[in-house]
Amino acid sequence: MQLLQRIGSVAELFLAQLGIYAATLGQLSRRMFSAPRYPRLILAQAEEVGVQSLPVVLLTALFTGMVLALQSYIVFHRFAAESMISVVVSLSMVRELGPVLVGLMVAGRVGASFAAELGTMRVSEQIDALWTLSTDPMRYLIMPRVIAAIAMMPLLVVISDFIGIYGGYAICVFMLDQNPAVYLEKTTQYMELKDFYSGLIKAGFFGMLIGIIGCSEGFNCKGGAEGVGRATTRAVVISCMSILVSDYFLTAWMFG
Amino acid sequence: MSNDRVNQNQIPRISIRNVSKRFEDKIVLEDVSLDIMPGTSTTVIGMSGTGKSVLIKCVLGLMKPDSGEIYVDGENWLELSEEEQLDRMKRVGMLFQGGALFDSLSVWENVAFALLERGENRAAARERASEVLEWVGLPHIEDLMPAELSGGMSKRVGLARTICHKPDIVFLDEPTTGLDPIMSDVINRLIVRLHKGSGTTIMAITHDMKSATMISDNIAMLCQGRMHRQVTPDQLDSDQDPMLRQFVEGRAEGPLNCSIWGKEIEEAVNR
Repeated sequence: MQLLQRIGSVAELFLAQLGIYAATLGQLSRRMFSAPRYPRLILAQAEEVGVQSLPVVLLTALFTGMVLALQSYIVFHRFAAESMISVVVSLSMVRELGPVLVGLMVAGRVGASFAAELGTMRVSEQIDALWTLSTDPMRYLIMPRVIAAIAMMPLLVVISDFIGIYGGYAICVFMLDQNPAVYLEKTTQYMELKDFYSGLIKAGFFGMLIGIIGCSEGFNCKGGAEGVGRATTRAVVISCMSILVSDYFLTAWMFG
Repeated sequence: MSNDRVNQNQIPRISIRNVSKRFEDKIVLEDVSLDIMPGTSTTVIGMSGTGKSVLIKCVLGLMKPDSGEIYVDGENWLELSEEEQLDRMKRVGMLFQGGALFDSLSVWENVAFALLERGENRAAARERASEVLEWVGLPHIEDLMPAELSGGMSKRVGLARTICHKPDIVFLDEPTTGLDPIMSDVINRLIVRLHKGSGTTIMAITHDMKSATMISDNIAMLCQGRMHRQVTPDQLDSDQDPMLRQFVEGRAEGPLNCSIWGKEIEEAVNR
């Protein structure tokens, strides 16, 4: 009986959170097509989400590409198929690892900062102050962040794809003495345009998840400093889980 | 007293009618009614947790009451759409307890926020912000950040932001809480100057009886979510209502229900 109660309360909490995110998305969609849109705030957030995330994204992509090349070499060497390493690296990066890893990194860095910033503003009544100064807090705080996350994620993924493929190239060419021309030829030979843009669609979708979840958690935060901490943790955990779950469904939809 | 300015035929600037609000099982406001006439200053007093802040938040649209009506100049604010409510906020200024200054903006940008949002020229907005900052006794701090201000300065910058766009109605949430007596007096004098100088309608909530008597034309006491009594500052000393007397005199013993660790105060202290 207690187990059933626990399952029930977890399900209730899950549905309540889902409802909050859906409500935020609905309210944003309604505002998206009318002024004011705060372009200056969108640019500031784009810098925060995109430029500030570059170091962590580049490092992650570089080492992911290098590890992929090394692991693939160990297996492909048994079948004398080393020339296929670049195919594995490029397709894995472009289709899956680029968007997912960048998504997880940005969720950790940016999703947490969205939740913490907005949560602090909520508990210190700054969000209420915006309202009393005749400014729509949803438009002023959430919309620029979500737009910036949706716009910057695909750009970060493009850069991470190139860096990841270069990481594989560095291992194959400088460590395993492969022919650089063959590596580059194989990289493009098996790649289709769909592989590339499917990754970008995923990236945009993950950006929306990160923005909506991070901002909703902060915006609806309660209970002082402890509440801000809880909101930040929830924002990161739920964003990461949502990215992994939605990645499966997006892949099934686009390649199924 | 600016009561002299009140024309009895005027409709109230703010009319709170039978407002009730509960959070789960806890009743915070129960059938609260209060009229505030144009150009007057009304202070709501009461113990912590009696619903004073909730009442002000209901008027401002930051919370929705479960029942009742809130009229401002005869218009029911609870029936307005979100866009209309935001538009009506242009007439309103609110001083929050902690100042609620925006951390990422400089002092002048905080003060001139409402003007900048309305598309006013930045130079003109800055000039107006400097003017208001000087009015609250804080000249030459335009470019400081909120983190660099003391509590008293934050409160005065908050007050400057509240009045920078020349609102008709000003709401004050505990304007002197957490300040030393001298700074409290400074804030009280500024509020009186604002009220008397521009005839702004003021609704304040406070625990500070000195502040309440100094800034108000009317004092309303909330008790356990109900509007208990309304008096003028002149009547405050002579009114014999036991709850009002206990609150004004700041006594732990009396009809207002005080408890420490769940015990009646006398029993807890004697232990």
